[in-house]
Order: sequence, then structure tokens, then C-alpha cells
Amino acid sequence: MRDIVQLRPEGLYCPAGGFHIDPWQPVEVAVLTHGHGDHARSGMGRYHTSAEGLPILQWRLGDQDYRVHAYGEVFTLGNARVSLHPAGHVLGSAQVRIEVDGEVWVVSGDYKRQPDPTCSLFEVVPCDTFITEATFGLPIYRWPSASDVARDIVQWRDHCAARGEAAILYCYALGKAQRVLAELIPFADRPVYLHGAIAAGVDVYRKAGVPLADTRLVIDADGPTAASGTGFAGELILAPPSAAGSAWLRRFRKAQHGFASGWMRLRGNRRRRNMDRGFVVSDHADWPDLLRTIRDTGAKRVVATHGDTDALVRTLNESGIAAETLVTQYGEDD
Amino acid sequence: MKRFAALYQELDRSTATLDKRAALVAYFRDAPPRDAVWALYLLAGGKITSTRKKIAGVGELRAWAADASGTAPWLLDACYDQVGDLAETLALLVPDPTVAAPDRGLADWIEEILLPVANRDELERREVVVSAWLGLPYAERLVFNKLLTGALRVGVSQRMVQQALAEMSGVPIARIAQRMLGAWSPSPAFLRDLLSAEELPGDRQQPYPFFLASPLEGDPAVLGPIGEWLLEWKWDGIRAQLIRRRGEVSLWSRGEERLDGRFPEVEAAAAALDVDCVIDGELLAWQDGNTDPMPFSALQTRIQRLKPGPKWLAEFPVQLLAYDLLELEGADLRELPQAERREQLEALLRRHPDPRLRVSPAVAPATWDEAHALRGESRERGVEGFMLKRRSAPYQSGRRRGDWWKWKIDPLTIDAVLLYAQSGHGRRSTLYTDYTFGLWDGDALVPIAKAYSGLDDKEILELDRWLRAHTRERFGAVRSVEPVQVFELGFEGVNISKRHKSGIAVRFPRILRWRHDKPANQADQLDTLKALAR
Repeated sequence: MRDIVQLRPEGLYCPAGGFHIDPWQPVEVAVLTHGHGDHARSGMGRYHTSAEGLPILQWRLGDQDYRVHAYGEVFTLGNARVSLHPAGHVLGSAQVRIEVDGEVWVVSGDYKRQPDPTCSLFEVVPCDTFITEATFGLPIYRWPSASDVARDIVQWRDHCAARGEAAILYCYALGKAQRVLAELIPFADRPVYLHGAIAAGVDVYRKAGVPLADTRLVIDADGPTAASGTGFAGELILAPPSAAGSAWLRRFRKAQHGFASGWMRLRGNRRRRNMDRGFVVSDHADWPDLLRTIRDTGAKRVVATHGDTDALVRTLNESGIAAETLVTQYGEDD
Repeated sequence: MKRFAALYQELDRSTATLDKRAALVAYFRDAPPRDAVWALYLLAGGKITSTRKKIAGVGELRAWAADASGTAPWLLDACYDQVGDLAETLALLVPDPTVAAPDRGLADWIEEILLPVANRDELERREVVVSAWLGLPYAERLVFNKLLTGALRVGVSQRMVQQALAEMSGVPIARIAQRMLGAWSPSPAFLRDLLSAEELPGDRQQPYPFFLASPLEGDPAVLGPIGEWLLEWKWDGIRAQLIRRRGEVSLWSRGEERLDGRFPEVEAAAAALDVDCVIDGELLAWQDGNTDPMPFSALQTRIQRLKPGPKWLAEFPVQLLAYDLLELEGADLRELPQAERREQLEALLRRHPDPRLRVSPAVAPATWDEAHALRGESRERGVEGFMLKRRSAPYQSGRRRGDWWKWKIDPLTIDAVLLYAQSGHGRRSTLYTDYTFGLWDGDALVPIAKAYSGLDDKEILELDRWLRAHTRERFGAVRSVEPVQVFELGFEGVNISKRHKSGIAVRFPRILRWRHDKPANQADQLDTLKALAR
């Protein structure tokens, strides 16, 4: 029997439906799981996306031929019945369910099981074959609750305030920054300042109706304002990782630097990036959730696409689930 | 344990020296003396376990943690490869306690829980360690594991700890450093004496902390007129302090180990002096009458022998080349200017001519240019370059920049091919940063050196990505890679070696640069390197 989803040079391909999923080279029909750059690229003939994911694609890819689907809505491509289901990764992220002649495959894209106020909760979709991500595919990766981490971030800001320092928190501009802002709502007693690259994504989320903590633009506070007059001492600032070490930082006279990512679970990663603090908050499934999700889907066969696939594949094979690796070009940013 | 874990976390997080010192001062001020002295012992590199006092072997810890966390042993190994630190790996794998056990102090943990089960049956030791894991939150679990696996390695130097103690107690740092030399046991009594403002009887039995030179990069002319500097050859031997007090002689290495008995000829020369003194100098293997010392490997054969017999004494005789006089007839001379200490040293040893204990000759070029030319002869003379010492400077402690410089000759270099890579430790734990290089021997590449340093962070990342994509084979944490990348390596010397497959051993290899411009077939031949060997 032929595999419903296969690896082609241009990306994952469903021959029965004549479409690709998150392809890395231009193709005719692309079904996208979410808007991160390694999954959503320009140059496709037409894009199928979840309704929640549309504004993000419009922000990132501009005007394109988009076909928009509600979560759970079934649409037909060739001989395949296709539907999108929440993946819990970022706003609009979707798993792709593909049914051909009664056999069901699910491509997870990136996903997490932790509750996230900025996107719909992951939905378990029963399937025969589950193509899963494995970014954090080792048992050392177990996530603390994100609201505990948000409290730690606020405590860190207060610690910086006492020392007359700004607290600069690096986080990815799409998804992570907004999730942090949403988790900060119960704690934040003052506005959070944003780097321009983060502000664009924050606008998209706000327009989509996602409640976020009160924010200001760093650039608006430049010049003679209270914040810039003190070099942003005691303020929390969100910036993309690319801002670390850049000239943009000069406006902060004294600052500590933190990074919000699952990779911060390891001290070595934090120190390699020269961060004062690492905050463990991830938009990917941790090890227990990878195993739980695979169990929940009831899949008899599992294909791991990106991340630390070796350990996951061997663990599954040893527990009686047929598993293998497919080498894709998806990144491991978090 | 909470307080000590918090200190560890602060030290681990902070990159600023001032912050680290402030954290240390606060800890030593507030912690109970019983705990503080153990913290001091651990921060100074002390370990609570040893071959004589076994609490948990590395293999046992892995097995217990695998069991306690329900992790397959191979999976634990894969985690360790990614984390690069065993204590951290195990702390990450063991589940968090649902209810944390009541907090106990650091000294309690060590003296009342861990040490009492040392050398007991595995079952007893295991019970203590595993139940500790299940009661401690992550930060404390990590530090607990550090106690069991050895060193803390938290980026705190001895000097920083001593500065903190000096700041807190008002005792001069030189005295604190001196009191911490050699072996001591972590008792509250030791801590009380360490921070005592009074001079104690024991203060007179210890060596002085060594003053260390900093490397001089670039032109020495920036140091001012050459006349302000004392120039000596930089010998490639073992730095040592020769102490003669009340007629009794002891010899200490820079590593704060007593070398007594290993170099009887040097001790005999000190015993023959007519006054008490403390001399700082360099041990070298040297046949009397020869113009140059023997290679470092000759000295190495001697240092391994606790009581060398006549054959060894004749074949590899050792001399102490004296650099400095730190104490004479009970008086501490360290505050005197270098030039005065040197005069007194020369006067002392002039009265006792003895080839086994002689002054390291001063070299007196008239200009820096002349010095530069003389330095070019270093390799023929069997030295590593010059030591530059400011004539007006006191004898300080530790590696302080400004008054003592080592002006070394440029390293030997060779272009070698990257053969293997291994993941690093600490902040480089998730990257492949430990490299093995080879040279051509006919059609084959023979490994000749391992190097861990020399690339910047950007190059490390680039090379890491390249080698993951060009791996030939994997053996655990090691990968063999396609032999394509060429690097210029620098090293201090080459010795003939029977232990190495290549037949040679290079000293202090490091990467000088990545030769993107050179294909592998143009890397150097093994014979080229062999021709440089001594």
C-alpha cells in the first residue's frame, strides 16, 4: 500500500490529493499548518489555511490565493478528504487530517498540549498514522506551568528595578511574545515595552481578539519620556532574539537579558547565549506530552519529522509502536 | 541546602564579577559557620567524595536515576550527550517532589546524611541518594548532584572567594590566601582561624600564594623604558616554592602540593644554606655543565617518582632556578621592590655556590629591539620566551595584570584536517566543540592533536552545523566527519612519544584559524611535524 504522505524534494506530499503540506519549494497547492517561516513560505500557487491562521499569513506572506477553512470543516482535494484541527502551537496553527479510502493520516505540524490563552487547545485526532514533530524529543524536557513562569518574569523585572536595570526578554516575534503577554495579564501592573518587530505580531493578535497585557512601543518612549529618561530602568521589554547584541540595545543604559524558550531548560544553552536568565516556556510539546499525544491518537505507525527524532523513534519502537524518521527542513526554533 | 542552592544559582546566572562577589559576601555573612565553611571548601574545588570515601559512583548514579525516573539507560545516555553535565542531566530526569522535604543545612546534608553512609553497601547508599532526590526541588537537586559528582564549576575563582572573605572580614587577602594553601578540613574552627585578624602560629608554616604572570600580546614597548624591567628567560619547568624555616625544608608546587622527597638534590641544597628563607623558582631537569635544560619530558619522569634512586638522580638531575626571595630570616620581603628582592637573592646564593640551586640569570638587552632579537633564540635555548618583571613592583598574589608579563615566542603552527568532533561541556554542551585533527602520513590521515579552543562563537556554530551534515560515523558522543576542513593549529612544542600512535605528542595545541582557503590534500605531512620534535 502506498503511503498517503510522502517525502519529496520540495516537501511533504500527498499524491492522492495532489497537494503539499508546508513545502519548502514552490508548488501548486500548499496546505499550511501555521505561519512560522520554516513552515509558511512564499511562491505557492494557492494556500489552504485555517481561518484563525489567515491574518498571520497575510502579515507574513502578503496578498496570495488563500483558501480558508474552519477547524473541523472537511474539504476535498483530489481523492483526499482533508480537514484542519487545532494544534495549540500558535494562533491559527493546525494539524492536517487526511483521509484516503478510509485510511487516516494526521500531520501534526508543530504542537503543544499546555493551555495557551492565545490559541485554541490541541485537539486529539484519532488516526492510523501520525506524523509528529519531535523538537524536544528527550525526557529532560518537561515544562513548568506557563503562569508560574509569567510570575517569575515579573519577579525578575522587579529584581531589575531594584538595581536600576531594564529587563529585556527575548522571545520569538510570532507566538511566543503574544503568549507571554497573555500570561502576564494577571500579574502586570505596568505596561510592557515592545521592539517594533514584536509589535507587528501583537497587532495581528489584538485584531484577532486575543486579550494581551497593556503594551507600549519602545520607539514611542524614546525622547524625553519617563521611561527613556531612566534608561527604561525597571521596565520589561520584549524583543526578538535577533536584537541581542545589536545597536538597538544602546538606549538601555543598564539591562539584564533573559530568553523565553524551551531550550532554556538547559543551563548550557542559556550560558551559550550569554543570558542572565532563562525562562522555560515553550510552544512545542515536551517529552511526556509527545508520548501522551501519540498514545491518544491511537496511531499504529508514527513518523517523526524534526527535532531529536532518534530517541523518540527508538522509545516508540521499544514500546511496540512502529516509528521512523523523515528528514525535513523544518527548524527547531522555540 | 536552600541557601546554598540559591548562592549557586546566583553565581551560575551572573556574568558580572561584582555581582558574584556581592552574592558571596552575603552568603558568608549570613550562613551558619558550619555551612559556610563547607561552601568555602566546595567553592575552592574541594570534594566530599573520594576513592577512600565512596558515596556514589558515576555508574551507580546513572543506574539509580534511570530507575528512579523510569528512563531506559540508553535514553539517559542520549540525554547526557545533549546536556553535557551529569549532575544536571540527573536533576532534570528525576521527578519533582509533590511535597518538598523540610530544608536542612549544607553541613547537615554532608556530615549527617551523606558521609555516614560512605563505603556502605550499595543498597544503603542508594536509599539515601534516591530519597534525597525525591524530596528536593530542582535547584537543590542540581546542587546535591554536584556534591556527589565532584566539582561545582560555577565560574568562581579562588581569588574571587578570597576577595569576598577579605571584604567581609577585613583580613588582608594575602593572609587569607596564604591560610587557604595546602590541605585543610572544613570545620568551623578553620573558618574562625581563616578570618582571624590576629597573626596565628600556623601562619608561619605555609607557603605564600604564587604571583602569576599574564600573557603579553603585542609590543612590549608600551610597557615603557626597558630599564624599568627585569628580563629573565621563561623556563619550561615546574614552578615551585622552596621553604626553609627553622632549618626544615619543604618544597611546594604551584598546585599547592607538597613535593617533599621527590627532588632530594634541591632539598639538600636548601639544607646547606646558613639562613632560613623562602625562594620562588622553577624546577628543571638539567645536566650540570650543559648550556641548556633537558626537555620537559625528562622532568616529567622525575615528578612521578616519590623517592628517586641514584640512577634517576644521575640520569635526570634536577635544579631549582631561583626567581625571587619572598622571606629571609623570618622577615616577609614581598612588599619590597622586585629589584631589591633580587639583590638579596643574589647575595644569598652567592655565599652558597651550588649548581642545584642558582639564580635564574637576568638578561640585559639595552633596547626592546635587542630584546626582540634575543627572544628569537628562545627555541634553540630550550625556553619559551621572556618573563618581564617591573623592577619597582612588590610580589603580589594570583594572576594580577600589570607588573609581571610572560612574553612568549610565537607558537609553532601546522595545517591539520578535522577528523572527529565531540560535544563540549558547560555552556558548549549542546554543540560539537572538542575536535581531533590529523596530518597526512602517505595516503592516510593520522590523528595528532585534540583542541578545544580557538574558534569564536559564530565559527563554532557554523562548524557545528557543517559537521552534523557531514558525519561519517557516530560512536556515542563522538562523530567522525568527512576529512575536508583544514585548520591552522598552534602549539608550544613537539616531543617524541611512544604512547601516541603518531609517534609524537604536541604541547598545548589550539586552533589559530579556520583555513577555508585550503583543501585537505594540502594539509601538512606528519613528517614535517616529526622533524620539529625534541
